[in-house]
Amino acid sequence: MPANTVRGPAPRTGVVPPRAAEGGRRVSDSGGCALIERRPVLDFVSHAVLILGVAVVAFPVYLALIASTQTATQIATAHPMSLLPGDNFINSYRLALFGGKVEGGGTIAAGWPMMWTSLVMALGIALGKIAISLLSAFALVYFRFPFRGLVFWMIFITLMLPVEVRIGPTYQVISDLKMLNSYAGLTVPLIASATATFLFRQFFLTVPDELAEAARIDGAGPMRFFKDILLPLSKTSMAALFVIQFIYGWNQYLWPLIVTTSEEMYPIVLGIKRAIFGEIYVEWNVVMATAILAMLPPALVVILMQKWFVKGLVDTEK
Amino acid sequence: MEKRVRFKSAWLPWLLVAPQMAIVLVFFFWPAGQALYQSVLQEDAFGTSSEFVGLANFQRLFSDPAYLDSFKITALFSVLVAVIGISVALLLAVMANRVVRGAGFYKTLLIWPYAVAPVVAGVLWLMMFASPWGVVSYLLQAMGFQWNHLLNGTHAMALIVMAAVWKQISYNFLFFLAGLQSIPNAVIEAATIDGATPWRRFWTIVFPLLSPTTFFLLVMNVIYAFFDTFAIVDAATHGGPGKETSILVYKVYYDGFKAMDMGGSAAQSVVLMVIVIVLTVFQFRFVEKKVQY
Repeated sequence: MPANTVRGPAPRTGVVPPRAAEGGRRVSDSGGCALIERRPVLDFVSHAVLILGVAVVAFPVYLALIASTQTATQIATAHPMSLLPGDNFINSYRLALFGGKVEGGGTIAAGWPMMWTSLVMALGIALGKIAISLLSAFALVYFRFPFRGLVFWMIFITLMLPVEVRIGPTYQVISDLKMLNSYAGLTVPLIASATATFLFRQFFLTVPDELAEAARIDGAGPMRFFKDILLPLSKTSMAALFVIQFIYGWNQYLWPLIVTTSEEMYPIVLGIKRAIFGEIYVEWNVVMATAILAMLPPALVVILMQKWFVKGLVDTEK
Repeated sequence: MEKRVRFKSAWLPWLLVAPQMAIVLVFFFWPAGQALYQSVLQEDAFGTSSEFVGLANFQRLFSDPAYLDSFKITALFSVLVAVIGISVALLLAVMANRVVRGAGFYKTLLIWPYAVAPVVAGVLWLMMFASPWGVVSYLLQAMGFQWNHLLNGTHAMALIVMAAVWKQISYNFLFFLAGLQSIPNAVIEAATIDGATPWRRFWTIVFPLLSPTTFFLLVMNVIYAFFDTFAIVDAATHGGPGKETSILVYKVYYDGFKAMDMGGSAAQSVVLMVIVIVLTVFQFRFVEKKVQY
């Protein structure tokens, strides 16, 4: 960590009490004192760069919000589009959620069934992954059985077979199993997870052996031990994984594009594409309202569960 | 690492791994095997019979200028996404790690684009560059620069690079911030006492100590650019103009589902598989182990 800088009359280099480590940051290793160095110019530059970064990151979303409060005509006829909110907020979101006829003459498909599909899909994928990964990790860590190594490697190899590299044949499998246009087709094939299995495996390996021993002496069977001891201990990992996998599930695009052919089974991310390429005259206000609706649930999950999100992201990649 | 204490059962472990194994076999191994199998077959024009053609599909693929172009496009795209994304995120992470006031605030405001779906990222950036009313394309126009990603391949590439980088910055930022916070203060303090300027400290201490993180992110960003940006391309450019932003994953989808060339698409799948295997092995063999001080 570069030296913390604190404003005020401090010597250029010197040692101050750990006040510099406020804001939840780690206190320095050197006896709880943070070394400080006064560099007001660099301080100013840091804040300027960060504010600029935040602005660039937020700007597209700000524009989307603004566009969703205007009418399609207002957006397309002003050069450039107005950067101030219009008065069409309710109408844009009504169209995005419930569909209907628009001025351009086209029809907008209702968005709320797509939101529902997305929600079922994201929850199904996240919970499904957690469930089957917990079970496999438990078997891999607490049992010795023939071909255990093979099972481990087969799960590992799925990392190297993302949907993108087996699009055609996977479509055929889903089609042969009559799983096109179904929630099962949207979720089940995506719930196998090497990262989740390895995350739980890593965690189980750190659980003290004494716990399993005590459970066994007390006469608890393996499933009892799993349910009453291992599961409660895994709550943190489960929460972290849930956040990451919910976002993963909600944002799936190529997969539903392949396994759904009817619009009733479209998740909201496909609805956006339909709204933008389905019509001759693009209703940008509705497209942007749909985009806002599509990013709201996962963004809320990240912001409200920030701690779990960061943990989940770092843990699943290690 | 192994457990000392184990449970004994002949059938329970199999039951426990059964759901995962079933999915892995049916939806991963079987289709992957099919892709390998189809890649050495050639169907006749009516799809009624197929014959073994060896590596002919691959030969056809690698002598197809469109495919080689797609390779070059993907390479350029992933290098741009990785280099720009990593540089910008590193700058932001170093700055966020420096400031005391508002660090948490900046962090929250920088990480949420992770949650944005790639297709939404594509549509948002498309809107900013829509002509003539898009805010950025209008600004460029006012400065005398004619923006047209519908006709100009370079502009289209710039558009998908910007959208892809925008979405990935939060990921890179978080890992750099974690990396920076794990650098021992004592090292930095010693250098400061010796009179090293922040600039010099960054290049001689911080940056080398961050190299495992940087290397890890380099691999992850290349994987991201190769495989997770399909939706951005599909929403923003449709692979166009012509085929100038048709990255490999877009092409395999297009050839398999729009052009219905199953043999060629399967051969492309196999090539992509090889690329993922190489990247994954690379990541597990070298990342976090070899590059350390």
